[in-house]
Amino acid sequence: MIEYQNIFTQVQVSAPDYAGVPLENAEDDRSGILTHSYWAGKLGDAQIGPIYLGPVGVAAFFMGTLAFLIIGMNMFASVNWDPIEFIRQLPWLALEPPGPQYGLSFPPLNDGGWWLIAGAFLTMSIMLWWYRTFALAQNLGMGNHMAWAFAAAIWLYLVLGFIRPILMGSWAEAVPFGIFPHLDWTAAFSLRYGNLFYNPFHMWSIFFLYGSAVLFAMHGATILATSRYGADREIDQITDRGTGAERGALFWRWTMGFNASMESIHKWAWWFGVLTCVTGGIGIILTGTVVENWYLWGMKHGLVPIYPMVGEAVVDPLMTGGAQ
Amino acid sequence: MKTLTTKLLTTVGLGTALLLGGCEMPPPESSQWGYRGTGMEGLYDPDRLQDVADNNVVPDAIPAVPAVGPKASDIYKNVQVLGDLSVGEFTRLMVAVTQWVSPEEGCNYCHVAGEGFEADTLYTKKVARVMIQMTQNANENWDQHVGGAGVTCYTCHRGKNVPEYVWNINPGHKVASGMKNQMQNVSSVAAGLSSLPVDPFTPYLLDDRNGRHAGTTALRDGGGVSMKESEWGYSLMMHFSDSLGVNCTYCHNSRAFFSWDESAPTRVRAWHGIRMVREMNNEYVEPTTDWLPPHRLGALGDAQKVNCETCHQGAYKPLLGANMIKDYPNLARLAAAEPEADLDEGMDMPESQGDVSADMTTGGDQ
Repeated sequence: MIEYQNIFTQVQVSAPDYAGVPLENAEDDRSGILTHSYWAGKLGDAQIGPIYLGPVGVAAFFMGTLAFLIIGMNMFASVNWDPIEFIRQLPWLALEPPGPQYGLSFPPLNDGGWWLIAGAFLTMSIMLWWYRTFALAQNLGMGNHMAWAFAAAIWLYLVLGFIRPILMGSWAEAVPFGIFPHLDWTAAFSLRYGNLFYNPFHMWSIFFLYGSAVLFAMHGATILATSRYGADREIDQITDRGTGAERGALFWRWTMGFNASMESIHKWAWWFGVLTCVTGGIGIILTGTVVENWYLWGMKHGLVPIYPMVGEAVVDPLMTGGAQ
Repeated sequence: MKTLTTKLLTTVGLGTALLLGGCEMPPPESSQWGYRGTGMEGLYDPDRLQDVADNNVVPDAIPAVPAVGPKASDIYKNVQVLGDLSVGEFTRLMVAVTQWVSPEEGCNYCHVAGEGFEADTLYTKKVARVMIQMTQNANENWDQHVGGAGVTCYTCHRGKNVPEYVWNINPGHKVASGMKNQMQNVSSVAAGLSSLPVDPFTPYLLDDRNGRHAGTTALRDGGGVSMKESEWGYSLMMHFSDSLGVNCTYCHNSRAFFSWDESAPTRVRAWHGIRMVREMNNEYVEPTTDWLPPHRLGALGDAQKVNCETCHQGAYKPLLGANMIKDYPNLARLAAAEPEADLDEGMDMPESQGDVSADMTTGGDQ
């Protein structure tokens, strides 16, 4: 009997090329390569392609490429077109947003203007791609869960790079495009606004993020462990619970007194994923616009534990007059 | 199946070894300096601690001499800042300075053989004079930073003509024409190889830009600084951490970096240190710029300046807190002699009148 006992899928489904179900909309014809790959079959379906891009997908791809190129060329120019430096410094390079002196106006191209343009193209590309997830689901007669989940991620993206900077009145508040630079920005953001860990929405976001990882592992493990009894036929087992689903349910009920159902576990996962971004976005949008210092806010609302002082008391030297 | 597992394990094992190859070998030594559970502690790699210990050995003090006998200014000409010392003390200090700063070149690093000790021919002598004043000023007026150990020439020089760790105003890396250099987003040596700003020294250790970025009220007060500003302060803090070989919690409670109430007393010491270094750079180092030869100047023509690393050199306290100043009390306070008075004396020296008075006018500005 074939079992899932390896990190790779051991079942290689050998099937003829399949272009997918026909759709009513003739424009949705799929095109491009259609091939089979053994290694793709190790990780998922062995068939690669065909794909459907359509006008919206092409536009999204085009604008995303433009944004990618603008960011990349600005990075390249920031090391004086030196290819070796470009590769060596790549993780450090960035396209930086405009300085605070420009507010929300359009700055010179070389001082943040390209950042705005790249951001505009990237945003349009993402929006169009979102529409694509929506339209494709419609065409396939699916629900729109994918599109709304993606929208939650877009919400967080827009808050960070667009909505919050506008509310703050300065593009300088936005995140740079760059690998290390956006991480340094994140750390500096928490320092500037008095420790984001005391932001309750940040707490929720972390809860859902880590919760997503736990749920993902729990669900994956449950299904893999019970697939030998057919529990991998999850959709069947929602309504026609077989011994696989029953064993999985029993495992969790005996372990922690409660079990999700074959249907509800997917709702759990979906909501955890979506709420990670939704709560995170709320947390960011409040930072600086409403709350200036999350630690002091936490003090005010009894959120901050008080520890005994060790050693001598420290006073701000500016308060005591200082030496000079 | 079995081979695949073996291969997989080998790959994972090799990958882990590669990934962790640059890490420090556990266990680290830890020391706790705050309430338990608050993370107020430092972690040190024992090997690095040994390096720091090896690199911070204080040279044996030259035997002290009594402060009796004629004054240096009575015996030597043109002694502007150490004239009050007895000749014995003066000679002892000159020998010490030679050991600390120019052990290979000897006296001739500052004095030209055959010209007499009074001549200010070499820039090195004029700089040495200013540096002695700078040292005395630090010891006398910056007790809140250097108190308990004091500083001597050796604190920074360690037997080198120029201290190993100095800085110049950073002109920024080369960018394509038409591009504006953002002074960040390249590997920043000053900021612990992060992508933070590459020159946090000019705004904070030369200019007096406000380094306080965090909001001071719970709710929005509208007076906050830009996110970009925070990155500059963050960069300076990385330099602090690097220079002292400590992590953030040596001074800060990481749950509220800005809060003085929650900070360690070391943060106050560092606060005074920023101001001390700023004064050193503006009052002592910058005015020497005009005398310096081109090879002692940075890309923008500025003198090599002081930052935390100049003295600390990777140690939480320079020379691990060794008190050197007790052996060299003549450097512990500013000399009483007024430069103006010396200038008059210099005027009385016919053989070197012209040069000396010109130099002293410059020196008098310090």
